[in-house]
Amino acid sequence: MVQWSESERTIINGIFSHLDYDDLGPKAFSRCLIVYPWTQRYFSSFGNLHNAEAIMGNANVAAHGIKVLHGLDLGLKHMDDIMGAYAELSSLHSEKLHVDPDNFKLLSDCITIVVAAKLGKAFTPETQAAFHKFLAVVVSALGKQYH
Amino acid sequence: MTTLTAKDKQTVKAFWAKVSGKSEDIGASAVARMLVVYPQTKTYFSHWQDQSPNSPAARKHGKTVMMGVGDAVTKIDDLKEGLKELSQLHAFTLRVDPANFKILSHNILVVMAVMFPTDFTPEVHVSLDKFLAAVSLALAEKQGQEDPGVGVNLFRVTPARN
Repeated sequence: MVQWSESERTIINGIFSHLDYDDLGPKAFSRCLIVYPWTQRYFSSFGNLHNAEAIMGNANVAAHGIKVLHGLDLGLKHMDDIMGAYAELSSLHSEKLHVDPDNFKLLSDCITIVVAAKLGKAFTPETQAAFHKFLAVVVSALGKQYH
Repeated sequence: MTTLTAKDKQTVKAFWAKVSGKSEDIGASAVARMLVVYPQTKTYFSHWQDQSPNSPAARKHGKTVMMGVGDAVTKIDDLKEGLKELSQLHAFTLRVDPANFKILSHNILVVMAVMFPTDFTPEVHVSLDKFLAAVSLALAEKQGQEDPGVGVNLFRVTPARN
């Protein structure tokens, strides 16, 4: 089981309590599709993803970005059993969606970057470390049910 | 591994022109974040008296790294050739596991997002990410090749003395 210090819990809860999901969800997800274009393979039904402009203006991308960012809420609610909390979503991504688990890390890097851009100087190295740890645990949990 | 397009190179050069004035701060912040968020990277700096993220040694290293990045921007058309010496340094002297180049690159990108949120658009992000990956590849180039120093030292002929 992952151990969280008081400081880490405070930082992580703090980030999420001020998070604008409707703004950062689309930003993080569209960055992922733009910076790591092979991730587009899972979204052929989303319409026009031909260039950065199209991706950033795509309503399906925006909606999905919000959905995915809210997916982190599960980890936040169950910080002491993140593995258990994501068991179902992990099976979904593996058995139904067939997503290469390496992609979870790519998306988490993009989430980090858009949160960093939003928080600016407040995104200190210590804040980054706590957030990184949280995302890494979620990413690991999502990959757990793959076999 | 995708090559840099003309657009990538243009984007990187233009963004670098905007941010290079702050390269020392960028470097210091990137190295500090690397040491804090990925503490395993501290193993390369055991020779520093003070391994804390804001130590003079860490700041100086950030400056050194960004000078290297700036240099790489000027050699963007042939990174393999342009970074040959730095590649030898990282492969044979420093012996850096190339996975760490990815870690430092990520932290450079985080700092760009923190310091230049409006300029660090998704388009700039992708070009810069590709550029740093290309630089990392060039720095890892010499890994697995023979250390040229070994052969030279073994067979050096001592000059005759009168």
